[in-house]
Amino acid sequence: MLESNKDSLKLEAMKRVVGLIAKGKNASELFPAVVKNVASKNIELKKLVYVYLVRYAEEQQDLALLSISTFQRALKDPNQFIRGSALRVLSSIRVPIIVPIMMLAIKEAAADLSPYVRKTSAHAIQKLYSMDPDQKEQLIEVIEKLLKDKSTLVAGSVVMAFEEVCPDRIDLIHKNYRKLCNLLVDVEEWGQVVIISMLTRYARTQFTSPWKEGAMFDENNEKAFYDSDSEEKKDQTEAQPYIMDPDHRLLLRNTKPLLQSRNTAVVMSVAQLYWHLAPKHEVNIVTKSLVRLLRSHREVQYIVLQNIATMSIQRKGMFEPFMKSFYVRSTDATHIKTLKLEILTNLANEANISTILREFQTYVKSQDKAFAAATIQAIGRCATNISEVTDTCLNGLVLLLSNRDETVVAESVVVIKKLLQTQPTQHSEIIKHMAKLFDNITVSMARASILWLMGEYCERVPKIAPDVLRKMAKTFTAEEDIVKLQTVNLAAKLYLTNSKQTKLLTHYDIRDRTRFIRQLIVPNEKSGALNKYARRILLAPKPAPVLESAFKDRDRYQLGTLSHSLNTKATGYLELSDWPAVAPDQSVRNVEVIEPVRNPDTLLIIVLLHACLILTHKSGSESEEESSEESDKTSSDSGKSSSGSEKSSSESEPEQKKKKKMTKAPQKKSKPTANLCLLRFIPVFPMSLQVTTPSFGPVKTYELLHHMTGKGLSAKYHFSRQPCLYQPSMVAVQVILTNSSDHSLEEIHIGDRSPASLNIHCFNTIERLEPEASVTVSMGIDFSDSTQAANFQLCTKEDQFSVSIQPAVGELLMPSTMTEQDFSKEQGKLLGMNETSATITMATANTSSQAISKQVLCAANVGVVSSSANNFHRFAGRTVSSRALVLVSLELKESSTALLTINTEKSVMASMLLRDLKQALAQA
Amino acid sequence: MILQQQISVELNMRNSPSDPPCQSALFKGGHQNITFHQHVNPSQFIVWELLQDGPICRRLFSNSGNFWHTGTISCNIPELAAEMIHSLFLINHSGDIFLEKHWKSVISRSVCDYFFEAKEKAVDPENVSPVLQTPHHYLITIYRDKLFFLSVIQTEVPPLFVIEFLHRVADTIQDYFGECSESVIMDNVVTVYELLEEMLDNGFPLATESNVLKEMIRPPTILRSVVNTLTGGSNVGDTLPTGQLSNIPWRRAGVKYTNNEAYFDVIEEIDAILDKSGSTVFAEIQGVIEACVRLTGMPDLTLSFMNPRLLDDVSFHPCVRFKRWESERVLSFIPPDGNFTLMNYHVSSQNLVAIPVYVKQSITFFEMGPCGRLDITIGPKQTMGKTVEALMVTIHMPKAVLSANLTPTQGNYTYDLATKVLVWDIGKLNPQKLPNLRGSLSLQAGAPKPEDNPSLNIDLKIQQVAISGLKVSRLDMYGEKYKPFKGVKYLTKAGKFQVRT
Repeated sequence: MLESNKDSLKLEAMKRVVGLIAKGKNASELFPAVVKNVASKNIELKKLVYVYLVRYAEEQQDLALLSISTFQRALKDPNQFIRGSALRVLSSIRVPIIVPIMMLAIKEAAADLSPYVRKTSAHAIQKLYSMDPDQKEQLIEVIEKLLKDKSTLVAGSVVMAFEEVCPDRIDLIHKNYRKLCNLLVDVEEWGQVVIISMLTRYARTQFTSPWKEGAMFDENNEKAFYDSDSEEKKDQTEAQPYIMDPDHRLLLRNTKPLLQSRNTAVVMSVAQLYWHLAPKHEVNIVTKSLVRLLRSHREVQYIVLQNIATMSIQRKGMFEPFMKSFYVRSTDATHIKTLKLEILTNLANEANISTILREFQTYVKSQDKAFAAATIQAIGRCATNISEVTDTCLNGLVLLLSNRDETVVAESVVVIKKLLQTQPTQHSEIIKHMAKLFDNITVSMARASILWLMGEYCERVPKIAPDVLRKMAKTFTAEEDIVKLQTVNLAAKLYLTNSKQTKLLTHYDIRDRTRFIRQLIVPNEKSGALNKYARRILLAPKPAPVLESAFKDRDRYQLGTLSHSLNTKATGYLELSDWPAVAPDQSVRNVEVIEPVRNPDTLLIIVLLHACLILTHKSGSESEEESSEESDKTSSDSGKSSSGSEKSSSESEPEQKKKKKMTKAPQKKSKPTANLCLLRFIPVFPMSLQVTTPSFGPVKTYELLHHMTGKGLSAKYHFSRQPCLYQPSMVAVQVILTNSSDHSLEEIHIGDRSPASLNIHCFNTIERLEPEASVTVSMGIDFSDSTQAANFQLCTKEDQFSVSIQPAVGELLMPSTMTEQDFSKEQGKLLGMNETSATITMATANTSSQAISKQVLCAANVGVVSSSANNFHRFAGRTVSSRALVLVSLELKESSTALLTINTEKSVMASMLLRDLKQALAQA
Repeated sequence: MILQQQISVELNMRNSPSDPPCQSALFKGGHQNITFHQHVNPSQFIVWELLQDGPICRRLFSNSGNFWHTGTISCNIPELAAEMIHSLFLINHSGDIFLEKHWKSVISRSVCDYFFEAKEKAVDPENVSPVLQTPHHYLITIYRDKLFFLSVIQTEVPPLFVIEFLHRVADTIQDYFGECSESVIMDNVVTVYELLEEMLDNGFPLATESNVLKEMIRPPTILRSVVNTLTGGSNVGDTLPTGQLSNIPWRRAGVKYTNNEAYFDVIEEIDAILDKSGSTVFAEIQGVIEACVRLTGMPDLTLSFMNPRLLDDVSFHPCVRFKRWESERVLSFIPPDGNFTLMNYHVSSQNLVAIPVYVKQSITFFEMGPCGRLDITIGPKQTMGKTVEALMVTIHMPKAVLSANLTPTQGNYTYDLATKVLVWDIGKLNPQKLPNLRGSLSLQAGAPKPEDNPSLNIDLKIQQVAISGLKVSRLDMYGEKYKPFKGVKYLTKAGKFQVRT
């Protein structure tokens, strides 16, 4: 039919072909027949052929080339529609050979009179770029041209192309910024979304922060919305007035009407723009619109609720008046319910908690049991956050223990356990009550929680705990691992507090398993030292768990993005940069918080792991035997208790058992080698392992403030040797602040500096540093290429400490890469006064070229220049502030002497650097 | 832009013949970082080289630097993904993919397996998470009219952007063919395909305005298809729609009618949650003004209200001039041709929300014996003097309820045994004789008594009134000479109206 003379027949045939494509069936063998019709006069036929071509051209490149000439002709057609579609299809055919043709077509189309064609060319830019990234430079030129376009039609598409091809070329935007802001309202909806998101990033690099120092994150739970308002006013009068850049204001003003858009994506993007850019008190205007979006489709609700959840953590006040909009309906989808619950929990405060709890009571009764369980968790969070209601919540939860549904009971137990941990006193009644319920509960997590509670507070329930343990011993083998673990824990704890009663248990099977802990408790040769600490390890007061929102850390991502929704970094996610320059930024995002004290549980595990290692080492050969024994035992449970007690006489047994326990807890019947043991064990427990990022050179850490002089606050700093984010003329310094006092320190910030003109980019005020906690913050300091110390005051709420950072001259440099030829050329320009040299004696260990590089790079932040001669070493760098070249060359002479030459305009630096390098190379 | 590409490579290497072959490795990042998939032993290290020309080859070394395995692996690195929406799959209720469209290179439909997996897990199709992550793609799905619209994304994009677009696609299909269902789409598969082609270029939305699309691709009518078969004409326009270029892309040029008319429907929905005792926990009104405008030429309309202050929060069709709303509280606009939603609004102040009916209910399950009682009476409360119509009560019963033996004084009831949904269709509410439904429920023998009572969902309609009291005062037309027919209709409905028991 495709060969037919009649258009109507051809059309019919093409429709069938397209039908095949739509169903995902292969229609590629028709390619030759189809491609002939590309020049057809019938517009519908033509379009269908286009559809076909775009789909199969990649597979049949040679044949596809036949159609190219038709498109080239169509590009000159007087009808703009035809020109546009020809370019669309041409650029959609992914055949690498036609790249030059496409490039030409794009350039021509970008200058077309019709804005529609220009729009198409903007789209084509992205397609060409994705096919051949080498065309980038030329494409940027076209983008630059199209950005100047005044048509609203083009604006969205070209910004899209900009975001794809060269999102970092922010300089292209400067001149078009105001135009884009003004056009924004008239751009089509989809373009608006793209432009707004681009302008958000732009504004964050160009304007100073409208937020007061550290104001971004201080409106947390403690501070209610109302006093933050008044405080803000106070701040304004005290701090020097912040004047918003008129362009910044322009952006905010022009995006505001778009909150009324019918397009939810536009509303969301304006909301995130206000969130990330607007002064605090203005953000509230987006609330109503976001709440309105909740009436939209379910999928929209889901995304909007996710974003509100993140926002509501930081700023309760924004959504509190709309609390009732987040009430859950029984017909909501599960993920919507959970998100609403999350938000309600975030919004809870002293004033509204009773309303919220009443609402939660309804949810607990829900038929959706998973949701009921989530509600119980939420109640737990409210109870920990708002101390006034803890008791009410606790009582409510205890009532739930008699609920008929198992999941509800189990969840209540787990939450009660967490709550009791925060308030361990006077709750023995509840513990007793739970002990009674113990037999009826079958969910292992809940059972384990009760056992844990028993053990932890066994002193308060001296009679019940041993009973429970006895019961447990009988059913031990049938329990799940987590329950077993807690049983053993309970036994050990009981032994310590109440050894008499526990001894009654010796003939029970459980003793088998407890032996490894007894190893700790009962003195013996190998682990005698551990014994001392046993009590401390096992019965150390555990820090109460923090029940916090799952959305706590989502503010890392720009709101409204896919990354935010998934809470992982999506491909192609562009970071939102911090506010630049003088005004404080919210670099809190960059701060790595080092975990406070390790959880004692973790400590225990580490101790055990060590013991395990020693033991495996010793009893290496026996391990095989043991494992087979082990599997025997699990299979025949009945004979176990007797065999267990017999074995206890031999001394070497406990070691093996201990190891057995280790392998068994995480995974049954694993082959017990030390390696595996460790590997498998670690993931079971949530240990916080700090992974430090590798840095290029060796990092020297200097003391900034000793904890004695700092009244508990100690600070260390090092030069991160990376380009400073804030200003290129600054040297990046990382400061690690540690609180070694016993109380928390508040409002750590940088105060007066001297000389007053010193340009420092301060870190954000740290609101609170708990005892034993430390944070790493980054600063930028402009030393102006001098080693003069930067003096400033490190302030806490109560005190001020004068500190100074004195950089070694090597830290004032940035590596510079160049070839040997360039090096010689540049060196030739810097002779005479600009050259300093000395003959130096090197330590013998330093004569190898590797050692030399290491020492030099350690002393100065320079780059290695590859050298053709063995006895010549060259290094190049630039000063950070004035970008003056610094060239270091080292010529090795006999008997570990060498000629060190430094060429630079900065003669003072040269002599200092010479001294430093001399010293570095002289020491072994 | 250097993207974090994840390339999955099939490796077939082993340390010794007895070891199982490593299944796959993940190569990540700008040719530097290599992370291993879990199958690869982490103690080994792979160094790879990229040869610019020809197929991409990698040489493998062990971590000691010793030559370890010389095999070369070639693989296709996917193109740098640059588009927003890569592919679209339409999936029906039972999980068959019946249409696929790729705006770029083809993505195998096996990518949908991740979605099916999630769908399996979530019992209800509505519970499937709209955003899913797979190793190489992101899936964003909407569920509408028993169909899944699944889009495949490769790079960061605002999820709402995609969701909004997918809904726009569904709206367009609805608009073109009257309904959005598998059979309708399959009957018009070519038109749908053409529409998708026009709506998205390289993954970026191009023309989504119904008016513009209709000029490019005409909706099928019986008459036109007959004419086309006879004359060989086509449904596809050959000129650029004028709207596409102008500042009012929503209106097509050269509109002509013999009868010029403009009708507006003010429809309000009451969303409310009432508690056991009948007091309002939460209530708000959600309103929408739907317009049907058939006017010749380029009319410029102004719609004003008696009491615009009622409107708490509004969103507009792009045609509405926001500045005039800000300053004068009137809607000034050049309308699209045909049906469209002019505005959405929100009335939230609780005291303004009149609750039209009250419900007296008691549902009890007895501790002894497998049965329970149900007694519901509905009466009028604040109806603004109008009749409540199409009254209907829906109850999702607990699973244990086997059957219901009830007697309604008005209307009739059904109880679906499979879904456990009780529907009582009442019809008109007669204030003299209040409708009542009572009787017994029988429960599964041996099952524990349900702990909580199910909540009632109520549907109702009140004609001729907007429950918020909103009133249109006048409609003026400028720019054209003729006199149009004008009309405003009011309707109140129950939205998500729930009574807790």
